[in-house]
Amino acid sequence: MWAIFVKEVNGFFSTLTGYVVVGVFLTLLGLIMWVFPDYSILDYNYASLDQLFTVAPIIFLFLIPAICMRSFSEEKQSGTIEILFTKPLTEWQIILGKYAGALFLVFIAILPTVIYYYTIWHLGAPQGNIDRGEVIGSYIGLFFLAAIFIAISLYASVLSNNQIVAFLIGALLCFLVYYGFYFISTIPVFFGGVDDLLQKIGIDYHYRSISNGAIDSRDVLYFLSAVFIFLFMTHQYLRQNRNQ
Amino acid sequence: MSILVKNLEKRYGEQKALAGINFSIDSGEIVGLLGPNGAGKTTTMKILSGFMDVYDGEASINGLDVHKSPLEIKQLIGYLPEHNPLYLDMYVREYLTFIASIYRLDKVKERVSNIIDLTGLKAEQHKLIKALSKGYRQRVGLAQALIHDPEILILDEPTTGLDPNQLVEIRQLIKNIGAEKTIVFSSHIMQEVQAICDRVIILNRGVLVADDKIDYLDQALNKQREILLELDKSLEVDWVLHDLQEVIPIGNHQYRLIFNKTDKDPRPEIFDFIVERQCKLLQMVERKSTMEDVFQKMTLG
Repeated sequence: MWAIFVKEVNGFFSTLTGYVVVGVFLTLLGLIMWVFPDYSILDYNYASLDQLFTVAPIIFLFLIPAICMRSFSEEKQSGTIEILFTKPLTEWQIILGKYAGALFLVFIAILPTVIYYYTIWHLGAPQGNIDRGEVIGSYIGLFFLAAIFIAISLYASVLSNNQIVAFLIGALLCFLVYYGFYFISTIPVFFGGVDDLLQKIGIDYHYRSISNGAIDSRDVLYFLSAVFIFLFMTHQYLRQNRNQ
Repeated sequence: MSILVKNLEKRYGEQKALAGINFSIDSGEIVGLLGPNGAGKTTTMKILSGFMDVYDGEASINGLDVHKSPLEIKQLIGYLPEHNPLYLDMYVREYLTFIASIYRLDKVKERVSNIIDLTGLKAEQHKLIKALSKGYRQRVGLAQALIHDPEILILDEPTTGLDPNQLVEIRQLIKNIGAEKTIVFSSHIMQEVQAICDRVIILNRGVLVADDKIDYLDQALNKQREILLELDKSLEVDWVLHDLQEVIPIGNHQYRLIFNKTDKDPRPEIFDFIVERQCKLLQMVERKSTMEDVFQKMTLG
């Protein structure tokens, strides 16, 4: 698994992919948080990182499927998947190696935003007037959210040999799991019935909950099981696929 | 016994790719797997290499069942898949180091350097794989299959698409390596099989149609002797010769004579026969049967 992880990370940073991902993420985030007047923290007058945690998931919605789209589809397309499967590796080692590689890249992308926290800490009046618990909770939430998006996107990548198709399926699935369930729950038929349950299936509900700064074991369990479900589906699909 | 295959069956949906084949390969043998496209060569190799693990029947390597101990058998074999897939964006050395780290080899650096020497990649080791010619890519493919010094090599069409010079080089490489390893390789170039292998297994539509030493196959299948003649003019007479089956004129005063195969060489008699009829013999050749003939007879008729 370590070998695969190293290969994936090298793959990101020996080509442009890694730099573009980090660059796009930070540029968009920086513009929205500090430059565009409608959303800028400077005009918002509150010492908080709310913008970061509202905007980052939306960027991830298309950035993460883009990171992961080649993971399996390229290996299937070029046949290198056959090399991996005939080496002494289990499917789980291959999947988890790739998963950890993508997670690491996203982690690298999020890391520089800690500077924003430091800046706002200074900008607060009085200085340091920022809810630290909420920020830490939100970071954890964001990381969990990225973890699910990566699992979903890996699954999308295994479905097709075509990277564009993998990207689009990944983006669609991420969107559905993130917002989709919330939107469905607003259909009037569900009022007072299963709307609550539907919301809880979506990521949005748990992301908000964890962002409040209170880390509930139910939310953690939700994130872990969502990741597992998609990785498990990836595993099943790979197993089936190689025998055809 | 290095490789043992018993009643091996594989289906792709409705289609039967392998319909119960049996063979065994001793350690140290070099065996060619022959057959037209779609005969089941690649499927057989994919099963032996552990890539496909859903099949009926039994396949084992060094006594280990391929299905039950996939990780162990993958340590024992080196596999070069069909079309030689490679990570084109990697450097040669980087790629081989990656493969070596999958096998958790000791002294990765040293091992990679050794294999680069062995496969003649020294001058190319710092190039991107996509910048290499097909022949060198094939060497990289072989290098990744050999890096952990496996006992058994499974090579799926290792020479397809190479130019004649590269072909000779790769064949030589395989032969050198083969001195101490068991090798199974597939091909549809007959001369190649003749040049490298001790033994051939011929598959056709998922069925094993022949499994023997090359010489035996040749003898068993050729009960005829064919001689080509070229004369200075047409000879319109009855050909009366011993053991003659058929005379086929093929234009330009040329004839194909087909004899039943006996110990007696018919050529002196032919010569006399022609001279007696006031003809001049320009050319007389015995057509040696090739593996192509063997192959065609096995898979068509």
